[in-house]
Amino acid sequence: MTMIGWLQIILFCGIIVALAKPLGWYMTRVFNGEKTFLSPVLRPTEAGIYWISGVDEKREQHWLTYTVSMLLFHVGGFLIIYGVMRLQAVLPFNPAGQGAVAEDLSFNTAISFITNTNWQNYGGESTISYLVQMIGLTHQNFLSAATGIALAVALIRGFSRASMRTVGNFWVDVTRTTLYVLLPICVVYTLFLISQGMPQTLGDYVEATTLEGAKQTIAVGPVASQVAIKMLGTNGGGFFNANAAHPFENPTALSNFVQMISIFALGAALTNVFGRMVGNQRQGWAILSVMGVLFLAGVAVTYWAEANGTSTLHALGLTGGNMEGKEVRFGIVASSLFAVITTAASCGAVNAMHDSFTALGGMIPLINMQLGEIIVGGVGAGLYGMLLFVVLAIFVAGLMVGRTPEYVGKKIEAREVKMAMLAILVLPLMYLGWTAVGVVYPAGVASMANAGPHGFTEVLYAYTSATGNNGSAFAGLTGNTLFYNLTLASAMFVGRFFMIVPAMAIAGSLAAKKSIPPSAGTFPTTGGLFVGLVVGVILIIGGLTFFPALALGPIVEHLAMNAGQVF
Amino acid sequence: MLREIRPAIVLLLVLTAITGLAYPLAMTGIAGAIFPAQAQGSLIEKDGKVVGSALIGQEFKDDKYFHGRPSATLAPDPNDSTKTVSAPYNAANSGGSNLGPTSKALADRLKEDVDRLKAENPNAAVPVDLVTTSASGLDPDISPEAAQFQVPRVAKARNLSEDQLRQIVASSTQGRLLGLLGEPRVNVLALNLALDRASAK
Repeated sequence: MTMIGWLQIILFCGIIVALAKPLGWYMTRVFNGEKTFLSPVLRPTEAGIYWISGVDEKREQHWLTYTVSMLLFHVGGFLIIYGVMRLQAVLPFNPAGQGAVAEDLSFNTAISFITNTNWQNYGGESTISYLVQMIGLTHQNFLSAATGIALAVALIRGFSRASMRTVGNFWVDVTRTTLYVLLPICVVYTLFLISQGMPQTLGDYVEATTLEGAKQTIAVGPVASQVAIKMLGTNGGGFFNANAAHPFENPTALSNFVQMISIFALGAALTNVFGRMVGNQRQGWAILSVMGVLFLAGVAVTYWAEANGTSTLHALGLTGGNMEGKEVRFGIVASSLFAVITTAASCGAVNAMHDSFTALGGMIPLINMQLGEIIVGGVGAGLYGMLLFVVLAIFVAGLMVGRTPEYVGKKIEAREVKMAMLAILVLPLMYLGWTAVGVVYPAGVASMANAGPHGFTEVLYAYTSATGNNGSAFAGLTGNTLFYNLTLASAMFVGRFFMIVPAMAIAGSLAAKKSIPPSAGTFPTTGGLFVGLVVGVILIIGGLTFFPALALGPIVEHLAMNAGQVF
Repeated sequence: MLREIRPAIVLLLVLTAITGLAYPLAMTGIAGAIFPAQAQGSLIEKDGKVVGSALIGQEFKDDKYFHGRPSATLAPDPNDSTKTVSAPYNAANSGGSNLGPTSKALADRLKEDVDRLKAENPNAAVPVDLVTTSASGLDPDISPEAAQFQVPRVAKARNLSEDQLRQIVASSTQGRLLGLLGEPRVNVLALNLALDRASAK
């Protein structure tokens, strides 16, 4: 670890905190339907979209209608992706002549993108056409991100409203998020990325003759426009197989730094939106503090482990950290930081191969996802995931003093706690359950690339990433098989929607409640005690759930490595 | 609930057209106008022929060139399409080795490469980036130490003085952005092009 490494980490955190307030202010105005500086340009388009699709923007929806609208929207999104993947061979924008994608891989990818997971069982440049990249993947990057934000806003409205039956209008929330938040940022961001060297072309792959006279086919494409939303919307599905490690998908140290910021920017700002909408920004800062504590702890461990290297490297006298699977322009610190960010948020883009990380360095990304990706988290999804843990923490605090718990003016009662527990329990059911199947079923075992405990970790990582809708991988695992395509798709589906529906049920039930003013007996939820309590609840619930699985994977591998054992 | 079906279809199609077609196509048009070189992939031409991209590494095996990092990229086996074969710096199929920290295959590969490099230059410590594969398999860069390490071999193959080579390496070295972001590095293709120019003089 070096001073300059830590300075980069501190600079990153400072920028995220500095952006939270202005972005939160702007987004709050967008969600409240107020005028913004972009309204003169975008308002006519917005009104036109409502008119043509028959949306009455004044009509709000009950939480159930809101949820059903969201589900219908996703059915359509699924059909579009599946359709263009199966038909890409006969559709335009296919200069590399890619053939139709297999049924199971198309199914897996369609589920992967509508759930904001963006797990890559496909190899971007070797499997899919430009049309699929644009109309299938880029578009769903926008819409799954907009959906996540809309759901978070609906849940916030549950807290901020009193005695109301509705939580907003899904169609309006999605349209406004896409038009006013995601698109304008992406337009500027794309141009910046191109200036750094990211291709944006519909031309053919380039045939080069190298200095030594060999042929090199260089894959290009409309990369920048997809990467912008892939990062901003915490989607993470790469244009290329190597994702953000590919020099075209992340050309410079600056493009890397800005990409890391864009993963966290909206998620962190949503905590400020929460504070503003419930009438006290300090409530938002308290939540961001919980995230910050967990984040920095993770960064410290991964950075230390990667800088330290492995005993294989030490035995050969190699110093400078674990550079296997990392790029020179990023080095140890920017690779470690990126890995923690991408798994804390549910982004899943990678600028280094997590499979080649040290045992402990690779364990932190795993833990981040197993905690439910609540450390900033996916856009929207992180906030509603965190609020579920807050509900539990408040409930625990209420039990300690024997008083009905309250949070931002709402009584937390049996229904909310049951729903929060349902959402939190369904995640380990998926990733532990499927891992148990994957490590004994022959088709699951055959896909492992590494032997010993590392092979187990590959499977655990795959299901954890799918359930958490992250999409990063211990990529040695051959995921493009019938078994993994189907089981991973089921984990992604359950991990997304079985979390959303209970969260929306909480939103509906909270919105209907009366708001009660704080009294002397109200537990203050803006201070250090609250932050400590939430961190504790997250770690205890998480630790009890997945520690045994970690012991079988990265922990035993670390001990074996120190004993000089290889597999 | 039925009245939500029309927006589910129409709104989806409209937003698909905006974000999936209008946005990427508009960005492609603008990029072609203001950043044409970057948008095409930062290609480098020499004598009218494309020799590669400034951002994509390529394989160098000849002693008279500086070598890049080992690459783990693969290509379909020409004899059996269900299998893959090693194809270093395959820029149409990026990827890393994905070998874990306790992998025997990795330990064996590292030992072989370290032994070979030690034989080539016994006077310097082997730089770690010169024996580890990159994440993309297309890493265009090596560390300044890895370039310096190869100077004696290249000097011998080209009949140039080591001092002259060290100067070329130094002038091809890029530092951290603002002294802070990223790592110091040497672009191998740019370095070798500079080397060819120096030899031609």
